Amino acid sequence: MSRYSIGIDLGTTNSAVSYVDLQSAGARGHEQTMLSIPQVTAVGTVGEKALLPSFLYLPNDQEFPAGALALPWDKQRKDTLVGEFARSHGSKVPMRLVSSAKSWLCHAGVNRMEAILPWQAPADVRRVSPLEATARYLSHLREAWDHGFKKHPLSEQEVVLTVPASFDAAARELTLQAAQQAGFPNITLLEEPQAAFYAWLEQRGESFRKHIQPGDVVLVVDVGGGTSDFSLIAVTSQAGDVALTRIAVGDHILLGGDNMDLALAHTVNQRLIAAGKKLDAWQFNALTFACRQAKEQMFADETLAKAALAVPGRGSSLIGGAIKAELSREELTRVLTDGFFPQSNIGELPKTARRTGLAQMALPYAQDAGVTRHLAAFLTRQAQAMAAAHDSPVEVAGRKFVHPTAVLFNGGVFKAGTLKQRVLAVLNGWLAADGGPAAKELAGVELDLAVARGAAYYGWARHGHGLRIRGGTARAYYVGVETSMPAVPGLEPPVKALCVAPFGMEEGTQADVPPQEFGLVVGEPTRFRFFSSSLRRDDRGGVMLEDVAGNDELEEAAPIETTLPAGEGDAGRLVPVNLQAAVTEIGTLELRCLEKGGPGKWKLELNVRMKE
Amino acid sequence: MDGNSQSTLSLGGRLGLAWRCFWRILGQPAFADKINRLSAGPTPAISAPVVPKPAPTPAPAVPPERLNASGLLVLSLLQREGRLIDFLQENVASFSDAEVGAAARVVHAGCQKTLTDHFTLAPVFKESEGDAVTLPAGFDAQRVRITGNVAGQPPFRGTLKHHGWVATSVRLPDVSAALDPRVLAAAEVEL
Repeated sequence: MSRYSIGIDLGTTNSAVSYVDLQSAGARGHEQTMLSIPQVTAVGTVGEKALLPSFLYLPNDQEFPAGALALPWDKQRKDTLVGEFARSHGSKVPMRLVSSAKSWLCHAGVNRMEAILPWQAPADVRRVSPLEATARYLSHLREAWDHGFKKHPLSEQEVVLTVPASFDAAARELTLQAAQQAGFPNITLLEEPQAAFYAWLEQRGESFRKHIQPGDVVLVVDVGGGTSDFSLIAVTSQAGDVALTRIAVGDHILLGGDNMDLALAHTVNQRLIAAGKKLDAWQFNALTFACRQAKEQMFADETLAKAALAVPGRGSSLIGGAIKAELSREELTRVLTDGFFPQSNIGELPKTARRTGLAQMALPYAQDAGVTRHLAAFLTRQAQAMAAAHDSPVEVAGRKFVHPTAVLFNGGVFKAGTLKQRVLAVLNGWLAADGGPAAKELAGVELDLAVARGAAYYGWARHGHGLRIRGGTARAYYVGVETSMPAVPGLEPPVKALCVAPFGMEEGTQADVPPQEFGLVVGEPTRFRFFSSSLRRDDRGGVMLEDVAGNDELEEAAPIETTLPAGEGDAGRLVPVNLQAAVTEIGTLELRCLEKGGPGKWKLELNVRMKE
Repeated sequence: MDGNSQSTLSLGGRLGLAWRCFWRILGQPAFADKINRLSAGPTPAISAPVVPKPAPTPAPAVPPERLNASGLLVLSLLQREGRLIDFLQENVASFSDAEVGAAARVVHAGCQKTLTDHFTLAPVFKESEGDAVTLPAGFDAQRVRITGNVAGQPPFRGTLKHHGWVATSVRLPDVSAALDPRVLAAAEVEL
């Protein structure tokens, strides 16, 4: 029997681990139980920190002296470097640094099992796949746990691993594979905004009932280092008690706190260039770091009109080589507050609303930096989708967008009270214009650690100790079916989409088998185009959508494929099959082919790449 | 060569040696002195024409840089985060106050981070500086230094001039024994 529930926040830029003793009767309250993660912090130096920077450095053989990368549990380590020193040293050797592996893991434009990282590294640099990099971070966390809890190895504990709510079926599957590769046999996946909400529930204890009542709609705004993630959680009443349902999640937006520090640094850098001072890459990094400090200083003290920045010289002459600059309040407000959280109208949508992912190879960063515009798009699109559904989970009739009544912030970005106030002010402006009451803030979560804490708490709550958020899958899934029509040169036959998994499937359930049959040739790979939609809430299994090309509610994912194993002498035989979808207890989607009128059953693999 | 160790000489050989020594001690005063020193204690080998050793083998004692490794580590931490050594080694006289001030921000921010990461500091006295304080008999003379009109016996009444500092916890990172602690900052060579 497991002794601990372990929550792991595998972040784009930082990871953290929290744990709850399953034998304890009560919640932890404000007690911190974060795992101190030993990591190499400098050559030959190991320090313990609550956060493990999600960076992997692939060293040259000659680069460091013997023992420089040793860990308490592996004195001989020399080929892998994860954590603080990987980040700080890697910033000086970017060609050997793997960063943002998580964003690559959900990027369908590349083969995520192929050794492609560091992206565009020279030929002689060893490379790893996004999956492998993720597995290495997880391995480090497992080893750190096992080092600290020798009597309770992680492989025997219950582990809850968080993923962005916007992760699609393939990205979840890949996360699961990475976890298995890293030696995690028992894991459950949990969406990050939900984890943050659990952390809030744990902090509040029973008093949470004073803050949310049936009828409330909680908007979780999670802006991490590299991604922004939105979710809506509805509070309802069920058999006299409060019930929580996650009713919608947003698209994957590659936009986060790191972009904000960079934007400030670029602004200051332009001024320095105009003054004839040119920074090299190392100095630019130092400038970014200085900007982050100045930002924190000015957000903490609203009376400061400016903050001084100093970029030290790289050589031993510190004073002589230093470059001075300053960041003014006007710049901070213009670039950060107004640039990333503009006072936009509800009708103002991001410049490129959704990623297409087809043509892009490098990471598909958000084209529009306006977090509030992305939020407006999320709330209005979801309102339209809910209005079209037969049983909208919240009231949307006559409203331009879904009206949240409370907002929970998560992510280090919101340590700046100014930015929280801005988001609330913009949202409440929209609400006032649309005739809704103002939303209030649900305060109290620790912005950096809430996801890991909430995940551990969720593992404990699952043992019957507390409220759980229901919701099921936040997307409906479809396979592409080519329509038969006479061949017309230069015109591709239109593709229809067959719904195989409806919106809102709960863990441990399977969907009805659609009546449509497919013919699979034994021994040959068969591929299906694969689509998902976070907006079509009403499609049951078997529903056929015409012409996917013109349907902007559908998003194409990497294709799925299967090869029926050839038995004796039946290669080339055509087997009629139906498709069936199931959501596993872990939280991943599984698609199967069922032989029509026979016992055969084969798993369809979610492919790792959009195009070969 | 103490009395308990095994000799490589037989009894006859030892008798012969004793006989030769007897006559040399009588006839050669210098030789007698050497034998006298030899029998008095374990002085190094007789200065016979033995091949001189090239250098004494190093003592197994801990070398000073190992003995003071944690001190060197703190220096390297302050340099890594706060460039403290660069700052102190530079000649500040040739720079303007504004230039020194700009660099001091880097040093201050980095060294402060090092300090809070690795040490927890607390004042000895919770009272504000300038407040009147009383030192009872048997006060901790390590934690309090009395100055000014030091006369009579405690309890002493005085004014708090500096509240003092105590490290209440120390969290230094583990450093591999394979590394030379004397390297406070590695040279950087960009390829």
